[in-house]
Formats: sequence, structure tokens, C-alpha cells
Amino acid sequence: MLDQFDSRIDPTFAPVDRQRLIARLQEALPERGLITKTEGMRVYETDGLAAYRGMPSVVALPETTAQVSAVLRICAEMSTPVVARGAGTGLSGGALPFPGCVLLSMTRFNRILAIDAQARMARVQPGVRNLAISEAVAQFGLFYAPDPSSQIACSIGGNVAENAGGVHCLKYGLTVHNIQRLELVTVDGEVLEIGGDALDTPGYDLLALITGSEGLLGVITEVTVRLLPNPVHTQVLLAAFPDVRQAGDAVARIIAAGIIPAGLEMMDRLAVNAAENHVHAGYPVDVAAILLCEIDGAAGDVEDGLSRVGAICLEAGASEVRQARDEAERRRFWAGRKGAFPAMGRMAPDYYCIDGTIPRRRLAEVLTEITRLSGVYGLPVANVFHAGDGNLHPLILYDAAASGEVENAEALGGAILELCVAMGGTITGEHGVGREKINQMCVQFSTAEIETFEALKASFDPAGLLNPGKAIPTLARCAEYGAMHVHNGQLPFADLERL
Amino acid sequence: MRAYIRGPLAETAAGAIAADVLKACVHCGFCNATCPTFQITGDELDGPRGRIYLIKQALEGEPVSRLTQHHLDRCLSCRACETTCPSGVEYHRLLDVGRAEIATRVARPWHERLARRTIRFLTGHRQLLRALLILGRKIPAAQPKRAAKPIAAALSRKMSLLTGCVQSAAAPHFNASTTRVFAAAGIGLTETPAARCCGAVAFHLDAADEARAHVRRNIDAWIAELDAGSEAIVVNASGCATFIRDYPDVLADDPEYASKAHRVARAVRDPVEVLRESPPIAASAPANPRIAVHDPCTLRNGPGLEGAVARLLSGLGYEPQPISDTHLCCGSAGSYSLLQPTLSHRLRADKLEVLTANAPAAIYTANIGCWMHLGETSSTPVRHWIEAVDAVLGAIQETQTRETP
Repeated sequence: MLDQFDSRIDPTFAPVDRQRLIARLQEALPERGLITKTEGMRVYETDGLAAYRGMPSVVALPETTAQVSAVLRICAEMSTPVVARGAGTGLSGGALPFPGCVLLSMTRFNRILAIDAQARMARVQPGVRNLAISEAVAQFGLFYAPDPSSQIACSIGGNVAENAGGVHCLKYGLTVHNIQRLELVTVDGEVLEIGGDALDTPGYDLLALITGSEGLLGVITEVTVRLLPNPVHTQVLLAAFPDVRQAGDAVARIIAAGIIPAGLEMMDRLAVNAAENHVHAGYPVDVAAILLCEIDGAAGDVEDGLSRVGAICLEAGASEVRQARDEAERRRFWAGRKGAFPAMGRMAPDYYCIDGTIPRRRLAEVLTEITRLSGVYGLPVANVFHAGDGNLHPLILYDAAASGEVENAEALGGAILELCVAMGGTITGEHGVGREKINQMCVQFSTAEIETFEALKASFDPAGLLNPGKAIPTLARCAEYGAMHVHNGQLPFADLERL
Repeated sequence: MRAYIRGPLAETAAGAIAADVLKACVHCGFCNATCPTFQITGDELDGPRGRIYLIKQALEGEPVSRLTQHHLDRCLSCRACETTCPSGVEYHRLLDVGRAEIATRVARPWHERLARRTIRFLTGHRQLLRALLILGRKIPAAQPKRAAKPIAAALSRKMSLLTGCVQSAAAPHFNASTTRVFAAAGIGLTETPAARCCGAVAFHLDAADEARAHVRRNIDAWIAELDAGSEAIVVNASGCATFIRDYPDVLADDPEYASKAHRVARAVRDPVEVLRESPPIAASAPANPRIAVHDPCTLRNGPGLEGAVARLLSGLGYEPQPISDTHLCCGSAGSYSLLQPTLSHRLRADKLEVLTANAPAAIYTANIGCWMHLGETSSTPVRHWIEAVDAVLGAIQETQTRETP
């Protein structure tokens, strides 16, 4: 299991005098700002990827930037690794504690500091929930576009760290396209301002570098997000397909036709059934897959776009095409989609959510191969994903209590990610590499590329204290994984045409 | 999520309930988004996911201390998390098992034991409780005056009405109003002396066995009434109704009572469930129609009756004002307001702010706990919504229910 850190191929640190660490942190933090008992820290041992666990040395709950800065300075001086955590909803183990680290929980940074409706910006603390931003600016007719499925709970700081996406990314971009300024504390405790209130700033685009850096370069203490006006008109179309491949085909055709939906999502039978049980969205349940296609804009454009999408779906073999009857039904359609991952809790005790991307035209092919792999590993796979941008989310259903199933699920997940790479795609669309995909980074990137990543990391954090063992593998890990990986001189998926 | 429950609990029905709930949880963290205490403290130990984890480690046999107990004590049992959970985790069922288990393993300091024992004692002594509540200015000394209205209609249907322990001391006029309103709908209500207190207070204050004694007594009394033709058990305190709906869990390990507990739980009705089927007809327009309706957590999150009261009162000419953040608890939560004053008072201040944002003439709620808790500091009168129905049914004057202290 990857939650076990291996001193041979993962970063290591000299043991720290825990009593001294606690004493120093206590001075830097407010009352109730430090958890030191195992009983109280256990809940922080894992994030949304619950199969991976690790125990921190202490959990720190700062309330101000100055406190974050003080904590980091202490950790730097004592050579103690630090793992930052937002709402703990991440699915790649990005907030998994490195054993013995200081876990820095940013949940108390939960205030919206300023809303500038005219400039369409909001300055918020990193612990503010994604959805809370849109709720707060709704009175001005504005919204914050990136909307991960966990948006009700996930925090904006975590969104920046993972460069989170969501249903609406297809049209409105990822987190990186929707923020313009960050306050970042470096490992030495220095407070930096990255980006600014203008759309462009001189020098390198550090904002893009920090976004998606997964806590390896600094700790975010403030975010200025860009807001968008609510579209005048929004409508969603549901298309049902008797065959998953037809749904995949329809997606490729919609995109090829030059239509830019606000969201284009696909769910297969298993996912549709789980979501329907939870939300009662009114999905047809006896179909192989459904597509949800949302179009927003001027009323005429929406109508025109949806009729074209409807025609394409029918041509591709849809058995049913219908539009939401009203706003309430449109919301239900999306509520089902957004709750689809955790709704899998109704299907199996545990699920493992994969996050790869592929070229959209290869959707049908990849889905067929995933079905085959599911059979090989003997674990059911449900598919819920951002079809429009080729971002897959296969959900592997398993029972952690059953012997060997965790390892089996992990192996199947790895195989699916490598399939994505072989198809010309990537190992992450929006969840980040975290701990989960650390090995597949070796498949995705060459040694020279990984060395460059390491040099970049070292320029911010020479001692490698920030979120060690995540996102960028050591070369030793890649050497070991590569040796294991090229089995009998054969790469996996050797029969697939590589791009 | 995997859980390996250890010890004697593993063999019990309660243990099976806990295992089922834990299995459904996938640790996604959505629940924290709607948890009132997590929003205040920002510590995951004060959110549902954290509490589930604390309970899990306790049931798995790891050492537990006051730390776990403290964070479980701070849970309001409001069940807002259950409305957000996509996996259908029945958090409150796990919480009840967890709290009871931890009560047996962690000793409380003497002052906490004393506080709990005192509250349990007082709920059983109506006159004393009433005197203390008036002295402590928790409730007004004077009860609202209502002109006695002769019940003329033939009451072709009959139902049972819970008397309530705290309610019968603090606000006996709730039942008087309920009886009049139901009579107008042709339903006769009778109170059963044997079933006075639902047992929730004892159950939530470390006295599960004492609570079970109450529960068995109530079940016996109500089964007799149901057998004698009572259609339902009307409970106008939504907190008590919630607990009665949980009777099957409370007596899960009692084979003799299991099926009877289910029957009683199925027979519970909030008055709004009955009245929306046979809506009352207003004889007069409300004197002050602009009102705020506070749906207690026990009305919206358990039985899913959010908005039902506002709709009923709208039909009678009232104008319920829009309320924001309806999912946040007012902080009453049974004895919580007494035992966790800091969090409770903060929640109340926030709740009163949103309830009075549109300057209503009165706030209407559906639970005795919320009524007392909000009324204690509200400058706007707080009433039970059944009083609003009562007020427009016949020649009854609306009177001030709460005097300025």
C-alpha cells in the first residue's frame, strides 16, 4: 500500500524532539490550536482517500497568517516535515500525513474578506468552502465557476493546491483560470504575494506554478478569485444510451461539432443507479449510460445548441433525449451527478476514485478496455466523469474488510491510469497526483523531467519539508517502479497504438 | 469504511447498527459543510466525519478518554449532516450507540455528573421545574390567555397526545391549543398519564437504562390506546417525536419490545402531518400576519417536514418571511443549551438574527426546547405554531405570550 512511506525510495528525515516541538508550537498557536493526543489526531490520519492513513506528530490549527508563518519557521528550524490540509476532501491522498509530520489544518481560515462585485473579484481565506463563495456573491448575480463535485465541502485553498476542476471547467476553465492573486507562506515563514488584482503581472507567471503545486512549494493563506456573471439562460439535456460506446461516441461528436457545453457529463448504469437512489433525480435506470449536457448563454443560443446536441445523440444511438422540465429538475439532474461518488457507499463499503484524462475521441475504446480490466481484477467499476474534457473518473468498488481487495483495487487503479497514458492522456485531470499516483508519475515523465521538477521544488523548499513523498517521485522510486513495471521486458498495453 | 467492532458490543443489536452505519460512510467529508459546530470551531473533531472516526476507534477497542466524550458531547444531534450525506449514513444512530458505549468507559467529573442528574430529576418534577424556570426567567410567569371555546363538533376520530415533561411544566398551553385545533378538525385528543415523558432527556444524559424504563412504560400505554382505536400518537414537540421514532433502536436488544417499538414509532405524527391532510379553515384573518417560522432540526432533518408548517400557516393567511441558513440549529438541542452554553448561545444569536431579519411580528416554532431557548433572549415573541392556527380558528384573541422580563 502506498500510504506506507519507504525510506529507501521516499524522502526521510532525522527524528525530531517531539516535546520540544510541542512546546515551541504551543507558544506560536492560540489555545485549542494544537492537538497532540493520538485519540484526537486519528481523524486527521486520512483525507477523502480513506484507504491511505498516516499519523502526524501533531495537528496544528492556526487562525492567522502570522501563526502559519510561525509554525513553518519552527518546522524549518527543527527540520520537521509539514503537510497542509484544507477540508480533507481530496481524493489523491494529498493531505495524507507524512509519518511524524506537523499536520497544518487550515479549516479555521473560513472568512470571506472582501467582495468587489464591480471588479468581479472576491478575496477569501483558504478554508472558505467552494460553494460558499458562489452563495455569498449570488446577490450580485455572480458565481465562482470551478465546481468540483465536493464543492459543498471542499475548500478554496485545497482547490488551488490541486488545481481543482469540476463540471463547468469545460467552458470556464480550471481553478488556475479563475484566480488572480494568492498570499503564500514559504517554508521559511516568509509571506509572499503572487499575482495581483490586475489580470497580468510582470515576471514569470508564478500564479500558474503555485496552482496545482499540491502543498510542495508553500502554504496558501489568502486567495483572490475571479467571479463570473450568472448566465442569462441555462438548460440541461439528458440523453440515455443502450450502449456505453455510443455515449462515448456522442461526446466526441458534440465536441467535434464545435459546441462548447457548460458541462458534458457521463454516468454509466452502476453510477446512475446509485445516484438515483440518493437524489431521485429522475434518471432512467435501465440504460447503459446517460449523458448530461448543459448549455448556457442567450436563450436562442441555448435552444439552438441543445437541439444540435439532441440530434447528435440520437444519431449516435440514444434511446431517449429530454430536457429538464424546469429549474428544479435541472438542479436535481446535477445533484445526482455531484453526489454520485459518495452515493457509491450504497453499492459497496468502499470505493476508489480514479482520475485520468484521455483524448475525447478515444472514449469508447478506453471504456471498453476498463470493462475488460474490471473483469481481470474481479472488481466492479462504475464510471462517472467529465466526458466533455476527457477526464475519466472510474470508481472501483471494493470491500476493504475483504482480504487483498485494497491492494487489488490499488493495482487496478494503477492499470487504468497507465491505460490513460498509453492512449495519449495523463494520470490526473483534476484530483492531483498526491500520494496515490506517485508511481504513475514515473510512467508519465522522463528522468530528466522529474529532475527538473525536483530542482523547481528545491528552489522554494531546499530541505524538502513541504508535503514530502507526494506529487513528485524520487528517482529511486521511479527506478524501482520502472524495474517492476517493465515486466519481462514488456510495457503494459503493448498492443495499444501509442500516441 | 471498514470497522472491526470489538468487545461485548459486537454481539449486540446496537453493535450491528453501528457496524452498518460505519460501513456506509465513505469519509468524503460532505457532512462537515452543514455541521453547525464545525462551522464554529473549525476542528474536524467537532464535525460529523470526525465524530464518526472518534466513535469508530472507540468501538474498535482503542483507548478512549474525555477527549472523545467532550467532542461527542458537543454534537447537537441536529442531523443536518444526514441531509447532506450522499451515502445515506444514519449518523444519529451511530452517535447514540457511541455515546452509550463511551459513557460506560469514561468517567465524567463530579460536576458534570451532578448537572446531568439534576436535569434528569427536574424533568420528572413538573411543579418544581416550572417554579425554577420562572425564577430563572427561562419562561414567562403568565400563560397566554385563551377564551375557552366550547367543542361542539362531534369528534368522530380519536388520537393520543403526548403530555411531555418539560412542556407540561413550561408551556401547558401548547397542548390546550393543540386539543382545540384538532377538535375543530373533528379529532379528539387524549393524554395518557402513563406516557408523560418520551425518555429522551435521560437517554441523552448517560442514563440509558432509566430511559428504557420510560420507553417501555410509554409503549405499553400507547399500544393499549392504539388497540382501543386511537389512530396516531400526536406529538407537538418535534424533539420528543424524533426520539419516539427512534424507539426501535433504543430497545433493539429487547426482543419482547422490538415489534411494539416499531408499531409505536410508526404511529407518531407531528400535528402538521395531520393538519395538512385535513387543513383547518380560518374564521378570521391573522391580526399580525408577518411572521417567521423556525423549523426545528427535529422537524426538518429527521422526518423531512421542512416548510410544512410555513405552508400550512400560509394557507391560513400568514405571511412567513424568507429565512436564510435554515439548516443551522438554534442551539437548543434538549439539554445542550444548559450543558454547552458557549456554542449554544452563539448559535442562538445567529439564529435570532436571521429569524428577525425581516421584522416579523412573532417567531413560530414546533418544539418546546427551541421555544424556551429562543424565547429566553428574543425581543420578538416566540410561540408554538399551533397557537397561530388556534388564533384564527374562532373567537380567540391573540395575546402576548411572553412578557418583557
